[in-house]
Amino acid sequence: MSDPSASRVPAWLHPLLWPVIALAALLLFNLLFTEGFAHIAIKDGHFYGSLVDVLKQASRVMLVSLGMTLIIATGGVDLSVGAVIAIAGSVAAQLLVQAHSGLATAIFVTLGVCLALGVWNGALVAWCGVQPIVATLILMVAGRGVAQLLTDGQIITVERAGFTFIAGGYFLGLPFPATLVLLALLLTAALTRKTAMGLFIESVGNNETASYFAGVNARAVKLFVYAFCGLCAGVAGLIEASTIKAADANNAGLYLELDAILAVVVGGTALTGGRFNLVGSLVGALIIQTLTTTILTRGVPVQYTLVVKAVVVLAVCLLQSEQFRARLMRRRSV
Amino acid sequence: MTPRLSRTHIPLLATLSVFVLLYAAAALRYPGFLSWPVFRNLLADNAFLGLAAIGMTFVILAGGIDLSVGAMIGFSSILIAKLIARQVHPLLAIVVTVVLGTGLGASMGALIRFMALPAFLVTLAGMFFIRGLGFVISLEAVTIKHRFYGAIGDFSLQTFPVVTVVFLIALAAAIYLAHYTRFGRNVYAIGGNEPSALLMGLPVGSTKVWLYALSGFHSSLAGVVYTFYTSSGNATAGTMRELDAIAAVVIGGTLLSGGVGYVFGTLVGVLILGLIQTIITFEGTLSSWWTRIAIGVLLLAFILIQRILQSRTARS
Repeated sequence: MSDPSASRVPAWLHPLLWPVIALAALLLFNLLFTEGFAHIAIKDGHFYGSLVDVLKQASRVMLVSLGMTLIIATGGVDLSVGAVIAIAGSVAAQLLVQAHSGLATAIFVTLGVCLALGVWNGALVAWCGVQPIVATLILMVAGRGVAQLLTDGQIITVERAGFTFIAGGYFLGLPFPATLVLLALLLTAALTRKTAMGLFIESVGNNETASYFAGVNARAVKLFVYAFCGLCAGVAGLIEASTIKAADANNAGLYLELDAILAVVVGGTALTGGRFNLVGSLVGALIIQTLTTTILTRGVPVQYTLVVKAVVVLAVCLLQSEQFRARLMRRRSV
Repeated sequence: MTPRLSRTHIPLLATLSVFVLLYAAAALRYPGFLSWPVFRNLLADNAFLGLAAIGMTFVILAGGIDLSVGAMIGFSSILIAKLIARQVHPLLAIVVTVVLGTGLGASMGALIRFMALPAFLVTLAGMFFIRGLGFVISLEAVTIKHRFYGAIGDFSLQTFPVVTVVFLIALAAAIYLAHYTRFGRNVYAIGGNEPSALLMGLPVGSTKVWLYALSGFHSSLAGVVYTFYTSSGNATAGTMRELDAIAAVVIGGTLLSGGVGYVFGTLVGVLILGLIQTIITFEGTLSSWWTRIAIGVLLLAFILIQRILQSRTARS
């Protein structure tokens, strides 16, 4: 369905155009009309201000959207990331509070569990041939239950200096979550653009049968992207739990899968798969977060947030589909 | 003919046997489970989920998905409550709400049809939009106080739950629509193979719009039933219910790839979800989160059964 040859010349620039314009317009609007938005103060060597806040708040969706981008590029989708985030928080909190384990152990075990959950999704999709929406729906439904089971339905508070650093700390003046996002982006970009992995992912998304005959191990590729997304969700879960200094199995990561999917789509990666744009997804996540922050700081009643978000997201999607639509109109006469 | 029949019937039979086995096991374990009040409550408690699942069945049969049904329940319930609080007669409020819900569904269908956007994406944005509309109407729950609702409540308590009546009528209408009308056959044809449906000259585009309108109709009706059931409206009602509706449809034996399934199966799927809930309530010691885990396990089992059946028919 997707047609990579439509815009061959600026292969990376073109899909980024609309999302960047949207983000720039949003930021410009805020710089002009929202008082104190551009203000960045330096206290104790850390940056403070609305822009830094946006970066910090968006970090979870940005992390998840990286993993989600790769999955969507293979033509799949992962609905379970919110549930994985809840499980990550519960596992980490239980290890730190109940088992009194060390910080490094807790982090590694948590990420290991999330990786395993990703592998579970991937195995259902790759080996059992279950549709991605359905395969990940299982974990989405059951995962939050598992997270509640782990914490016995309680909200477990975690007060560990090292643990709160994950979300509250600063690295080179910037919030530590932002550093994590940057690291994850570099890692993902290196993995997909400096090795053949990115090509494999896109070929599986374009035409699974053809790439199978071309010698691409489609199953392994799929398993990899779901496992990777599980890992990303795990890191996001640690950030979330660290932000509120607690594991809240009921609300952690609620609706985050939807935000992540929207971020990916707004960022120019088509849901049909076949190509992806990592930076675009991060820009998409920033658009969604800037929008939310704008609405809140401009004193728009909070109940309008969802409506505005839906309209903007739909508008960006329509803008992107226009050429697609024009082509479609020409081709078929329905 | 025979292999196709078995392929479509086996998931339904599996669903039915799971339901009967679960019910029998519960009846043996808990005294008083096999009684009319328990069954009546099972139907009444799940009527609004069932209504949403009926609309979802049509959408999934045609190979689509509608993520906005939960939001529609919240939106419809709060709209009705607010209209009644503004002295609008309940019947008029209900009609206005259902028309609006159907219109919203049709708009999503139109976006899917004319803009060639994926159903997943459009109904996802629709979910945010409709939930947001609900919040715009009122952030707090609104209680409904009206003679009409009082009468419905009295009738439900003394004679038969009105919500169940609405659900069963809608179910009968849906079974007729799916299996005995041209629209129903078009839905199955689109779900089976959209390009060939198009080549056969079937009205694929308009059927798609009607499908999402139908889903909007059913989910706003679910919101109406929710107000009957709770005598209040709440913008947060039905949160995550779209997942339960999808789960009920899948457990009911409808293939998510489209084209195969029965509306009756969805009824059984909804009843199984309700039964799990009831059993966990009866057990007493089990916590509520076991419901979600049990639904997840069931979902997994049914999806794997479907996969095995599909691969077997593909081979033969």
